[in-house]
Amino acid sequence: MSSAADFRLSRNAYGRLVLTTADGSVHENVSPVRAFPIADPLQGIALVDAEGHELAWVAQLDSLPTDLRKMIEEDLSSREFVPEIEALLDVSSFTTPSDWQVRTDRGVTTFTLKSEDDIRRLSPTTLLISDSHSLHYLLRDLPALDKRSRKLLDRFL
Amino acid sequence: MVYRMNNNSSLSEPTLAPQESLLATLELDLDARLQFAPTRLALTDQRLLANLGEGWQAWPLSPELALHHDDHAGVGALELRDAASRLACWRYTLGCEPRVRAFAARFDLAQTGTPAAPIEDISTEVAEETPEERGGWALLRLWRFARPYRGQLLLGFLLTLAATAATLVPPYLTMPLMDKVLIPFQNGQPIDWLLVWTYLGGLLGASLLAWVLGWLRTYILARVSERIGRDLRTTTYKHLLGLSLEYFGGKRTGDLMARIGSETDRINVFLSLDLLNFATDVLMIVMTAVILFSINPWLALITLLPLPIIAWMIHLVREKLRTGFEKIDRVWAEVTNVLADTIPGIRVVKAFAQERRESERFHAANEHNLAMNDKLNKTWSLFAPSVTLLTEFGLLIVWAYGIWQISKNEITVGVLTAFLAYIGRFYTRLDSMSRIVSATQRAASSTKRIFDILDHVSSVPETPNPVTLKEVRGGIELRHVGFRYGNRTVTRDVSLTIAPGEMIGLVGHSGSGKSTMVNLICRFYDVSEGALLLDGVDIRQLAVADYRRHIGLVLQEPFLFFGTIADNIAYGKPDATRAEIIAAARAAHAHEFILRLPHGYDSLVGERGQGLSGGERQRISIARALLIDPRILILDEATSSVDTTTEREIQAALDNLVQGRTTIAIAHRLSTLRKADRLVVMDKGEVVEVGNHDELMAKEGAYYALYQAQARNVDTDLDDVRPNTRSIPHVQRS
Repeated sequence: MSSAADFRLSRNAYGRLVLTTADGSVHENVSPVRAFPIADPLQGIALVDAEGHELAWVAQLDSLPTDLRKMIEEDLSSREFVPEIEALLDVSSFTTPSDWQVRTDRGVTTFTLKSEDDIRRLSPTTLLISDSHSLHYLLRDLPALDKRSRKLLDRFL
Repeated sequence: MVYRMNNNSSLSEPTLAPQESLLATLELDLDARLQFAPTRLALTDQRLLANLGEGWQAWPLSPELALHHDDHAGVGALELRDAASRLACWRYTLGCEPRVRAFAARFDLAQTGTPAAPIEDISTEVAEETPEERGGWALLRLWRFARPYRGQLLLGFLLTLAATAATLVPPYLTMPLMDKVLIPFQNGQPIDWLLVWTYLGGLLGASLLAWVLGWLRTYILARVSERIGRDLRTTTYKHLLGLSLEYFGGKRTGDLMARIGSETDRINVFLSLDLLNFATDVLMIVMTAVILFSINPWLALITLLPLPIIAWMIHLVREKLRTGFEKIDRVWAEVTNVLADTIPGIRVVKAFAQERRESERFHAANEHNLAMNDKLNKTWSLFAPSVTLLTEFGLLIVWAYGIWQISKNEITVGVLTAFLAYIGRFYTRLDSMSRIVSATQRAASSTKRIFDILDHVSSVPETPNPVTLKEVRGGIELRHVGFRYGNRTVTRDVSLTIAPGEMIGLVGHSGSGKSTMVNLICRFYDVSEGALLLDGVDIRQLAVADYRRHIGLVLQEPFLFFGTIADNIAYGKPDATRAEIIAAARAAHAHEFILRLPHGYDSLVGERGQGLSGGERQRISIARALLIDPRILILDEATSSVDTTTEREIQAALDNLVQGRTTIAIAHRLSTLRKADRLVVMDKGEVVEVGNHDELMAKEGAYYALYQAQARNVDTDLDDVRPNTRSIPHVQRS
């Protein structure tokens, strides 16, 4: 199997991706979608059309030529929004609903945790927290948190 | 056309031209790289301005400019476009969504040249959710349930006071018994028998009094606490049933069962036992202290010395125990969750031979529970013996100080005896008091979890002033209905008018929003946008139960409750007569097979209707819907899970059901919808085609494709009907 992709990507005036497949058909408004956004973000990326139908499949992002990969990564990064919590700065109360002030990889923010059930354990060390607007926050490595954050978090686990 | 304005201060107000007036401003919470940072937008009658933190950028308004907003996975994008391209894009989290919507609407107004409205900041215009009252000590909130019993509670308290006082009499009597009888006798005086009998009588009387009072007190308070527990359980369950399906979707059965079952029981035990004991203890300590001080202040002071140390210890352990118990509760819920997951799914577990894995999962949850308990017990086990040790020290101090005082003739032997008798009781109470720490924390965490349910406001709220419809005709109108589930938009801008008595067939592949439409019409969820009207009245203005009474629902998987067949048919109308039940069963073509069962209508059906075939269960659920004689009927894939022969039987029953009612039917098999007046084809949460079979066939659109596919192959999904099946190019790792 060749490592070269059998499709091409470009960007239209609206900033959307346009896909041209090997047989020459052109698809506007294409979005890349990760199959395992948390468990394995670099493997398995589908290019889907506006209706959500799969047009192309990238088994491994690294295997793509740099320009293609860049384009896909750019598009992903403009849409993907799962801030990773680096530290819990403060919580308003230990009973829900509780306002959490957190430091994420995207800056400091405050969100409201509606109930403890919104903290889901993806693996023994990874938590996915959804706020009152269903925005997801990822806590990738529980043991790596500082002591204070862990202590605060512990009250909710 | 884009130019920067010389304004360096990052998020200040934009500088406006002399004749320019500000129409609206908007604050967003993300920047271009999706970092949390404020972005400001402003709309004037001439321009649209934006500031991403590095000065204002402006676009003069022109007719071809348009604002689009869209969202994906919790992030919204507001785009400014002209006829040919995207000019700018701003990002925000969904919390800003209402403001963005308002801003975009204002922008459209400004585009059409509507006269300038007063300057308004949209950030403040859309009311923020006010955070409801939070915090507060959970246990105090139980007062709401204790209030109705306050008379009995007061009586119980007075009895406690009296009973405690009575138990304190005997040690007091030992003092004169010692000093006036025994010591003088040792010194050679004869025993005054009258005095002895008086004191002994006093001792007996006090004990009997304490016994009677204690019995009464315990009985009354236990009665009250049982009632509080009952009220708590029923109120919680009632509230739980009132919550929307959205709530149940996010909860696990085992957890909810544990909360209503065992946790209310724990609160109950706390109120009837632990709290009662604690109150008695406190009273006893206070009274004892008063008595001791009245006898001898110095000795009293020495005796009470260990008290602050114990209090400090209790405080020290409190935090640790509380968090520990909260954790144990959650772990315990996890254990029940494993059970609640596995037992209903036992067929799948067995079919895939995963018994061992499930057993290991349970084992793991159990181990986790054990580990948590072990950890907590380390602290807890040290705590109680330490209290005992301290009491022993306390006794030692009193002995030593007392003997020294006697040697100096400061106090009598009787006083020391009385003191020792008092503090014997006193310290045992302290020991038991220390148990209140854990009991309180346990009860507090239980209370918190109960109030978590009680505080949850249904997302399908009851209107305070419901409108009552005298007669329901069954006309349904959907006006620009949109629905969002979590951060996913499920349906958008659906408008449809259904005449009374009309039958509508909803068609589309799975995920196209058909079931959502049904859930919205049943008001299991409320619309996020637009409105749903019944006979011209917004259904949010009707009382929920009132509204649902007019709806008959037949689901793909009929649910039969444990009980007789008659009970199940009469579920929606418990006071139905036998004749009505039979009539409904006849109409549903269920009468004959029911009679074939050994106990007829009295046959018991199991939790999931075991012993009946799918078609039979379905016909019972049709009879159930028929019995309440609803104006609106909803058939959600009513015949999807049965074979074609059974379908024919059910279909005959359904035809009876549909007559004269507004019907909304979802079906995979288009043949089921042959009687529908109109077919509504849905795709991606939008209505794509409406019309009857012939019209839609003539149109050769989505319905045509679907029909063609089904004509070739019986069970085909719209999803599989793609005009050109493309091969998907793959990129493999070399």
